[in-house]
Amino acid sequence: MTLIRYQAPELAPWSGVDRWSNLRDELNSFFELPFWSSFARTGQLFAGWSPALDLYQSHDNMIAVVELPGMSKDDIEISLHDGTLTISGERKRESSSNGEKAERTERYVGTFRRSIALPTRVDANKVSATYRDGILTVALPKAEEVKPKQIQVS
Amino acid sequence: MNTLTRETRNGDRAQTEQFVAPPASVMEAGDGYTLEVEMPGVNKDGLDISVENNELTIIGRRSLPVVEGTLIHRESRSENFRRTFELDPSIDANKISARIEQGLATLTLPKVEHVKPRKITVS
Repeated sequence: MTLIRYQAPELAPWSGVDRWSNLRDELNSFFELPFWSSFARTGQLFAGWSPALDLYQSHDNMIAVVELPGMSKDDIEISLHDGTLTISGERKRESSSNGEKAERTERYVGTFRRSIALPTRVDANKVSATYRDGILTVALPKAEEVKPKQIQVS
Repeated sequence: MNTLTRETRNGDRAQTEQFVAPPASVMEAGDGYTLEVEMPGVNKDGLDISVENNELTIIGRRSLPVVEGTLIHRESRSENFRRTFELDPSIDANKISARIEQGLATLTLPKVEHVKPRKITVS
């Protein structure tokens, strides 16, 4: 137990109305938190961490951009099965020892899995990925047969 | 409330830019606190940390990878990150240090010398 100076909440002692407005602020700010919005986005309230994924399409490639802050490259797994791209992995707790105690925990620690069905066929053998500044970029070259082709009129 | 780091949510600051609040975790050890803030897409150059009136502000500006192609599905948000905490009086604001690795900013906030736990030797 450590001694930390108690900081009184910013409440006006004489007004019940202020007390409620403060509670409302608390609630509002709770819903503004990003993890809440990410649950709302995916509808997976108890599925843990579901990292945000953007998908791009160019002439030759499908590109998936996934937000995975604070991971080690070796803990990220990318797989492709039946036209579904799956990114999974485990975020490990960094320093749980040496007498640290959590004061506030909003970061998700543990395993995660994120899948997306790709709208076009891709060449599984040519998939490449980079991980930089906590963002994973997966480039998936389109299969030859689905690439747009110019047909010459003879 | 005995947290380091009471979060300040004052709306009196005039803001023109829209920010998104990144998830943060706070750990306390005997000699200080560790604050971790998730800011994917932010590197060292985009990280801006300041202390003013005992208030710690962390701003992360994203430098996102340039992707050629059309966006067909989007879940990420484009706003930059901003989060503010009120520093506990036990923190030595002059000794705060920070690093950022793979979009995770880690701040070390040491306590001032006289509040650190100390063993007193009986002579």
